[in-house]
Amino acid sequence: MDHLPTLVSEARDAIQAAQSVAALDELRVRYLGKKGEVTALLKGLGKLSAEERPVAGERINQAKQTLADEIDAKRQQLESAALNARLAAESIDVTLPGRGQAEGGLHPVTRTLERIEGLFTRIGYDVAVGPEIEDDYHNFEALNIPAHHPARGMADTFYFDATRLLRTHTSPVQVRTMKGSEPPIRIVCPGRVYRSDSDLTHTPMFHQVEGLLVDEGVSFADLKGTIEDFLQAFFERDDLSVRFRPSYFPFTEPSAEVDIQCVMCSGAGCRVCSHSGWLEVMGCGMVHPEVFRHSGIDTERYTGFAFGMGAERLAMLRYGVNDLRLFFENDLRFLRQFA
Amino acid sequence: MKFSEQWLREWVSPQLETQAIADQITMAGLEVDTIESVAAAFSGVVVAEVLSKEKHPDADKLNVCTVDDGSGEPVQVVCGAPNVDVGQKIPFAQVGGVLPGDFKIKKAKLRGVESRGMICSASELGLEEEASPGILVLSSSATVGVDFREFMHLNDMTFEVDLTPNRGDCLSIKGIAREVGVLNRLPVNGPVIAPVVAEVEDSFAVSIEAPEQCPRYIGRVIKGVNVKAETPLWMVERLRRSGVRSIDPVVDITNYVMLELGQPMHAFDRHNLQEGIVVRMAKPGEWLTLLDGSDMALRPETLIIADSSGPLAMAGVMGGENSGVNENTQTIFLESAFFTPLAIAGQARSYGLHTDASHRFERGVDPQLTPVAVERATQLLIDICGGQAGPLVEAQSAEHMPAERAIFLRSERLEKALSKALDSDDVTDILQRLGLEVSVQDAGWAVTAPSWRFDLAIEEDLIEEVARIHGYNNLPVRRPAARLALRSADEATLTLARLRCQMVARGFQEAITYSFVAPELQATMLPDAVSPALANPISADLSVMRASLFPGLVRAMEYNLNRQQTRVRLFETGLVFNGELDALSQVPMLGALVCGAREAEGWSDAKGRVDFYDLKGDLESVLALGGDADAWRFEPAEHPALHPGQCAQLQHRGEPAGWIGTLHPQVRATLGLKMDAVLFEVRLDALSQGRIPAFEPLSRFPEVRRDLAFILKEATPVQALLDCAKQQAGEYLQDIKLFDVYSGKGVAEEHKSIALGLTWQHPSRTLNDEEINQLVDSIVTQVRVKLDAELRG
Repeated sequence: MDHLPTLVSEARDAIQAAQSVAALDELRVRYLGKKGEVTALLKGLGKLSAEERPVAGERINQAKQTLADEIDAKRQQLESAALNARLAAESIDVTLPGRGQAEGGLHPVTRTLERIEGLFTRIGYDVAVGPEIEDDYHNFEALNIPAHHPARGMADTFYFDATRLLRTHTSPVQVRTMKGSEPPIRIVCPGRVYRSDSDLTHTPMFHQVEGLLVDEGVSFADLKGTIEDFLQAFFERDDLSVRFRPSYFPFTEPSAEVDIQCVMCSGAGCRVCSHSGWLEVMGCGMVHPEVFRHSGIDTERYTGFAFGMGAERLAMLRYGVNDLRLFFENDLRFLRQFA
Repeated sequence: MKFSEQWLREWVSPQLETQAIADQITMAGLEVDTIESVAAAFSGVVVAEVLSKEKHPDADKLNVCTVDDGSGEPVQVVCGAPNVDVGQKIPFAQVGGVLPGDFKIKKAKLRGVESRGMICSASELGLEEEASPGILVLSSSATVGVDFREFMHLNDMTFEVDLTPNRGDCLSIKGIAREVGVLNRLPVNGPVIAPVVAEVEDSFAVSIEAPEQCPRYIGRVIKGVNVKAETPLWMVERLRRSGVRSIDPVVDITNYVMLELGQPMHAFDRHNLQEGIVVRMAKPGEWLTLLDGSDMALRPETLIIADSSGPLAMAGVMGGENSGVNENTQTIFLESAFFTPLAIAGQARSYGLHTDASHRFERGVDPQLTPVAVERATQLLIDICGGQAGPLVEAQSAEHMPAERAIFLRSERLEKALSKALDSDDVTDILQRLGLEVSVQDAGWAVTAPSWRFDLAIEEDLIEEVARIHGYNNLPVRRPAARLALRSADEATLTLARLRCQMVARGFQEAITYSFVAPELQATMLPDAVSPALANPISADLSVMRASLFPGLVRAMEYNLNRQQTRVRLFETGLVFNGELDALSQVPMLGALVCGAREAEGWSDAKGRVDFYDLKGDLESVLALGGDADAWRFEPAEHPALHPGQCAQLQHRGEPAGWIGTLHPQVRATLGLKMDAVLFEVRLDALSQGRIPAFEPLSRFPEVRRDLAFILKEATPVQALLDCAKQQAGEYLQDIKLFDVYSGKGVAEEHKSIALGLTWQHPSRTLNDEEINQLVDSIVTQVRVKLDAELRG
């Protein structure tokens, strides 16, 4: 009993000196375990008198509690040090690049086409597509461009034989749609088109999006509103000026070319707009009654408008691409810029 | 159509600046492409007279002249032009003047003789593109000392208008002026054209055998014409400002009348004509040598001008070489005709020709202009070349002349079309100013189109005219209204956008290659392919339609490899074309190509080059998008562009739907490619067929897994093992995984070990070992029987 203070003192030193959780566990067994040295003192209480017993018991239990607390504290300290050491050992350079990057991207033309389709489908247009090898009827005749019409000279056509050709516009899709459905019709027709022209500003293949809306009571004002909304939405410029210039397409009447205020110089005049402040971006018009007649649509009851634009042209203006030919070289250094 | 502003202003001159006129007609549909000064900038050039000319003492080809430039003192100048002569009025650049090209005129000594200025040629003043042979000689009436720019009216602009094919009526000064008059509400005043009274009896018979194609033909004989006369400078200048070169006075006059009034004309040498003009269709076997020297075999659908000896000219396109005016011509037969647009349309192009005449006739020349133009040209000819006119000879088929086009414009229709009620008087005014005969009625306007407007035939044509003159930008703007009708959407079908998105997510860049490819390239990769060839390709390299996406992708890969891009992952979607034209299929495909390193160069990952299984993994990720990957199978097969041992045909529900494989080494060698590549292409219609998910309740009972390793012959496809295992594994098989492929130590030569992990689960009870053991036994037995393969010991 008398050596209790010495025992506690020894034990405390040993606890403080412990280097591991395992060593601490050993000390717990040695002092506080069933056969431990402090436990043994408790067992010796029976030898004491009834008066001495409570006092001595109290002292031993206190000592036991003290040591237990110290062991727990030391354990926490050791565990925390071990965790810290482990964390330190496991630390990495988080600035190293990640693994397995897959850097892909859509072609800028696809990106543009999808964007245009999106703007129109969101307000209720459908997307329609068709064949690229077309016949004379769908590409010309049904669009009010009979053989020998001077307008055939407007688009240099790739022919396979006397009647089969590569479509020069996506308008044949409009013809096919009108023949196969009843108004109201609202479609956009994106796709590849072909003209035998190849120089700095022409490629023999390019992409168009054409649109068609046929319903009762459609007017030129509806066309103007749709085109203005579209161009302002496409360029994300609410204040973009749009103007309509009379023009001629055999399949529309009245017909118009659409100019926008130059998006490069905001109309001040620059190289891109040939210092005019305006950029020609698309053609449009009210569907010609002859086209309706070919498609079996009642021209007294229905009217409609159509429009068409070049996807590459819009992509060039939107993303500042200065060379049309880049679109078809498929140079990865070019393509990656549009991911 | 090119013309000078001054010429236009002689007809009609609104109070507008040059640019404002251009803007105005552009916004009326006559798009002004360019406005250019008619002469380059120069200054200090005056009209002067040559007073004296003496040979240069030290130079054979030089003359020492003195000129009167109006300064009061004769000026000495050295001139090298062979045509300089005393008494000529000439353009003289004074010291201090600046010629085009910023060429400053200074006092100089030429071979020791002082020269103070320069006598100029047309090209030195920028009036001719080609170097002129001598100095420009002005008319003797020119006033000495007058600024040359003033004298020549060079402070003028040339407009180039890009006319749409419907506006043939604007292919003349008269037509442009008419339009400017309408837009500015101004009267239009052309030159007074009076009939020329016949002074001689000479005439020449004309008959029309093809009245449908040529309803009207007028001719006139003009005798005693001096074809060596010089075209006056004012006419040369007007032609030049319209982009037409001066040739000789007769040609110049017919060109001038064409530019002024819009009527193409032709002049024959009367002495080369036999017995009378016949306008008829060509006969089989007839030939004609054209003015440009080309020999044409005429086709029967070609309208010609002939005489008894045969074809003289291709009507409305080009004259013949042997009947035209030449330097010895004395008597001219002048032609002014109305050929219908349909008769001329396409003819020139079909012979590979395009002339100012055919351009106008196929768009429509005013049939009322025929006699007016011939009178105008006669007068000019007599004024410039002298001569005496015979009477007009006219052949006409009244019934074939264009019918009057009566059109009714409903006011209600006009208002609906434009969403605006225009003032009725304004509409009447617009129509009248455009030259239409208008009768105002209750319901609208009954009009007759003028003879020069071939494009006005139906109500919409009039709506366009009213809208155009009123101004498109003055018309209202609104948004179309439509019913918000929901439509069903096909959930099982994958969109193209979704498929593309997956390729992008797998690290592919999208390519767009031309749909036409080089035939040799296609033949190398797909020797058996049949696809349409263009009749008029832009180049041999782009002349056959692609039968596969492979050629384009391989070319794109090559393009990138040549630019130090060594890891290429490209995909493309688009049509491929298979079969002859009459049995053609145009099939949308998705194709992809990979080459180079498996991973982008980095610090950690697996090195090595891509192989078949890398791309197959990419493809399988696409096939799985629709939730119906089981519909697809890869069958070993051969494709001419692909390595026979690393090639599979894709089958979708048993139908061939595409290919995947490594580029054939032989093809690679033929194409000279620097790297191996793996490619696939699959039909988009099959790819987009997914399925709608169908829920199955989750089992609460434990899964049982058994791993089985089999030793297969090297040549046995794993698919056969999987098929066999699935077939025997019973209805509670949940999953089958292939988790190991091994060959080498412990496995016999030409064999491989394939380890499968099979998982079973029953929806409503726990499966016992016995049932599973039975299934496993059945698998092992079947594999042994069917594939001659054993369980690995």
